[in-house]
Amino acid sequence: MNVLQIFGSMGAAVLILGVLGLLFAVLLLFAFRKLAVKTDPRLELVLADLPGSNCGACGFPGCRGLAEKIVEDTSYATACLAGGQATAQKLAKTLGISLEAPDDKIAFVACRAGRDIAKMKYDYRGLDNCQAAHLFFGGDKACQEGCLGLGSCVQVCPFDAVHITEQGVALVDPEKCRSCEKCVKACPRALISMQPKSQSVLVACANRDRGRQAKDVCGIACTACKICEKNCPEKAIVVTDNLAVIDPATCTQCGVCVEKCPQKSIIRLSLATAKLETRRREPEAVVKNCCSL
Amino acid sequence: MFGRKSFRGGVHPPEHKHLTQNKPIVTLPTPLRVVIPLSQHTGSPCRAIVAVGDEVNEGQKIGESTGFVSAPVHASIAGTVVAVESRPHPVLAFPVPSVVIESKPDATAATAAWTKNIDWRTLTAESIKDKIKEAGIVGMGGAAFPTHVKLSPPPGKTIRALLVNGAECEPYLTTDHRLMLERSDEILEGVLILLKALDIKTAVIGIEKNKTDAADLLREKIRRKEAAGEIAGDESVRVATLKVKYPQGAEKQLIKALLGREVPSGGLPFEVGVVVQNVGTAFAVYEAVVKDKPLIERVVTVSGDAVAEPANVLVRIGTSFRDLLAFAGGVTGSDGAAAAGVEVPGAEAQGVEVSSAKTAGPAEGAAPAEKPRAGYKMIMGGPMMGLAQYTLDAPVIKGTSGFLVLKQGDTKPSVACVKCGACVDRCPAGLMPYQLGNLSERNDFAACAEFNVKDCMECGVCSFVCPSARPLVHLIKYAKLNLAKQKK
Repeated sequence: MNVLQIFGSMGAAVLILGVLGLLFAVLLLFAFRKLAVKTDPRLELVLADLPGSNCGACGFPGCRGLAEKIVEDTSYATACLAGGQATAQKLAKTLGISLEAPDDKIAFVACRAGRDIAKMKYDYRGLDNCQAAHLFFGGDKACQEGCLGLGSCVQVCPFDAVHITEQGVALVDPEKCRSCEKCVKACPRALISMQPKSQSVLVACANRDRGRQAKDVCGIACTACKICEKNCPEKAIVVTDNLAVIDPATCTQCGVCVEKCPQKSIIRLSLATAKLETRRREPEAVVKNCCSL
Repeated sequence: MFGRKSFRGGVHPPEHKHLTQNKPIVTLPTPLRVVIPLSQHTGSPCRAIVAVGDEVNEGQKIGESTGFVSAPVHASIAGTVVAVESRPHPVLAFPVPSVVIESKPDATAATAAWTKNIDWRTLTAESIKDKIKEAGIVGMGGAAFPTHVKLSPPPGKTIRALLVNGAECEPYLTTDHRLMLERSDEILEGVLILLKALDIKTAVIGIEKNKTDAADLLREKIRRKEAAGEIAGDESVRVATLKVKYPQGAEKQLIKALLGREVPSGGLPFEVGVVVQNVGTAFAVYEAVVKDKPLIERVVTVSGDAVAEPANVLVRIGTSFRDLLAFAGGVTGSDGAAAAGVEVPGAEAQGVEVSSAKTAGPAEGAAPAEKPRAGYKMIMGGPMMGLAQYTLDAPVIKGTSGFLVLKQGDTKPSVACVKCGACVDRCPAGLMPYQLGNLSERNDFAACAEFNVKDCMECGVCSFVCPSARPLVHLIKYAKLNLAKQKK
């Protein structure tokens, strides 16, 4: 076999494969043009503006799911809870729409009574999960509304914003909270609510018992004494269903209620440090862990 | 024909029945105050039909049932209604509406005699069922399912046999055992009444091998009744001996053991033509039909290694566990001396996943050091399926088969599942508890449903055998709760 023959057969192979390749290229080009899926060109831009954490707090399957919805209906531009105001503004710019600016909200746990202050019903040994503990006579805390401190909210938080303090209650870090409201849904006691980020004076109790009954189960429970209601210069606090409720719209955050509350149930949340203002009370007010047998 | 049959799986926990099995049933003096919850059964709660200040007689109906799957409640003592309010309940998570009745100390003579003797043979099946319904009778084994519902099979289902459950497989409990020994005639009459109500001819009484005295006595009584013609020629009442194994007394396991039939997943015993009733229920049925006496008292085993004088007590529904425990001599102090009365210093219920109250094994030990005064665990029911209690103020209800106070040991810390398969081997329902537990831990409840979590009866066998001390029943209950929530 001479050199020419070898090149001849190689040439044939190259020719055949080359022609085949060209043929498929034309076919693919045709398919690309003819069968192209039409997408909104804004989709990629919108997706770039979203945080990309795929937390699912908006209710759509990840950030792409929301982006698809936003290009379809621009009113969803504010739906990203994790991104909050900043993301909404970015999206508004990308989409060329104007937005009303809603106040950012953060999650707030309405209980500060740790295991040192609240009375416990029994010694719980079981799953580290508030919902599972709730199965046993409503959890080990004597107060039916208090934080069980087993961290169901911590587990669901995609932003590492909720922690259990040394005292054994959940505490939200306002800096990290992206208002996805997952913890609100996870709490079996409906203890976590969304509060305006600007509101720093808050009622850190959810107990709906009165006076003695409330004091019996917790050293810092709201007893519905109405001192806050009487002293509030703006009339922003009303005791409803045995619990002080602050109206953020009228509250000027003067802090009179924080000082006057005999139970220290009303607190001023410190945004700067995000540290728990531990509500240490005089020893005699602390209800010891008691037995009921 | 009936040998010592059994079912697949199961365990044999230490029985601890010697504490009370030879002690005759004693009657608790009528308490001066009872708290009667309006929800004591599986199904819709009752509606109170008395108000504060009303005078009630013993046996008077105080709660009207609000649906078909419901049973009325009756005053267990004569006295005055002092409150209709929410009180702690031994089973339900939160206090439930209850009727509180107080009697005057001198009113002991007001105790009703219940001396009627109605010939039930003249009654029709329907009127027997009506009487059972009106008497508020529920399953006395613990689940408290209204009996009249069980006696009304859905159309199209033919019932062929009545199984009477005298297995009493839970450790410590001896109520059914004592009832069978001391009220055997009444129980047999009750069985015959149930046969008439169901319009069938065959009844099998299943008794575990460790209660041969009760089985022999019942066999003897059946022979006598047959000789006297009280059991008709075409009727058949038999006693079958069962292997001693937990959970032999579970409905589906009993059917499998006695008849070899398996109740399909998610189905009721009706599916295989069977109705299962507890011997305690048969006794209550006898009292309701023959004496017109509603379900106002029941036998409760008060036992446990921390109870001074364990006993089988006939007690009024609504009596507090405090009164019951006081009657049994209170709690033995940690120093060994019996604590006088009931004011037990610092005894605390351990609200832990139920079956970790193992009757033996690594769970026992010293009380936790940081809480030296805590050291007792109170359970309503048996140690396997019973519920840990946190307060002695909770009342005895229709489904209370026992009240146990155990010395609380250290709970072995739960570690990761090693997939040894011990739970799979033992699960009487044929489930894979380790898998359900692992899935539940990861909040994958849809997968739990695929693995038939609903067929779990929470018997506690898996938690009992788990070498990793995993709270499997708690995990399964948690999964069931979440599935129920999702359904809503």
